[in-house]
Amino acid sequence: MSDAIFWILALSLGVCALGVVLSRNLYRAAYWLAGALVTTAVFYLALTAPLLAAVQILLYTGGVLTLVVYALVITAQTDDILRWRRPVPALVLAILVLAVLVSFVESGDGAVAVGGLDDGRAAGVSLFSRYVVPFELLSILLLGAIFGALVIARKEGNEP
Amino acid sequence: MILERLLVLSFVVFSIGLFGVLARRHVIAILLSLELMFNAVNLAILSVAWAHGWLTGVILVLFGIAITVAEVAVGLSLFLLAERIRKTTRADDLSMLKG
Repeated sequence: MSDAIFWILALSLGVCALGVVLSRNLYRAAYWLAGALVTTAVFYLALTAPLLAAVQILLYTGGVLTLVVYALVITAQTDDILRWRRPVPALVLAILVLAVLVSFVESGDGAVAVGGLDDGRAAGVSLFSRYVVPFELLSILLLGAIFGALVIARKEGNEP
Repeated sequence: MILERLLVLSFVVFSIGLFGVLARRHVIAILLSLELMFNAVNLAILSVAWAHGWLTGVILVLFGIAITVAEVAVGLSLFLLAERIRKTTRADDLSMLKG
């Protein structure tokens, strides 16, 4: 990854993240989140993980954004009128957490190998050979989540 | 060098999301900020995996994304239920569990 690509992507990701947190209208926040997720998918492409980039766009951006926008459509209030709740302590805490995390980075020795993952092939093969049991468990989890969401969000009173 | 920059970037995004979770009022706004934090963690995991040629990191991030999607589905349905019963979209008003 060259420097120019990194800085362009980093700027884009930072602006999208700030847009999610700062925009008052929640539709706009959702679209900023879509921008952040797609930018992360481009990062995955640059980090030689095309399988993850595809999953990120299909499942994360497509699935989550559709769910969120659908929930916003049937929600009465989509503007955050009283937007902030104690913003100053939240900001201080966020900056503290950031400082602690960055101090972990600086304490490393910085000696990193060449870097690079395989193309999607090796990841796909190991997903369906070595990690096939967790993969199937994951499908059961997704099925359970869908049924759970249906049961929770069902209207009381009109039983099928 | 590039790994450190990637990690710092993902930590910055994580902190922005943390601020959103702490300071927003609307439940869906909190959920969106939470997604931002998850996304930053995934980026950090994949950066370390990339720097060390660690293929299992791809599988880990893949499972993380799928579990996050399940969590969003359940969370949004809980939000819709709470909105229907309590007629509110603000996290401050959902305090029935407080003793």
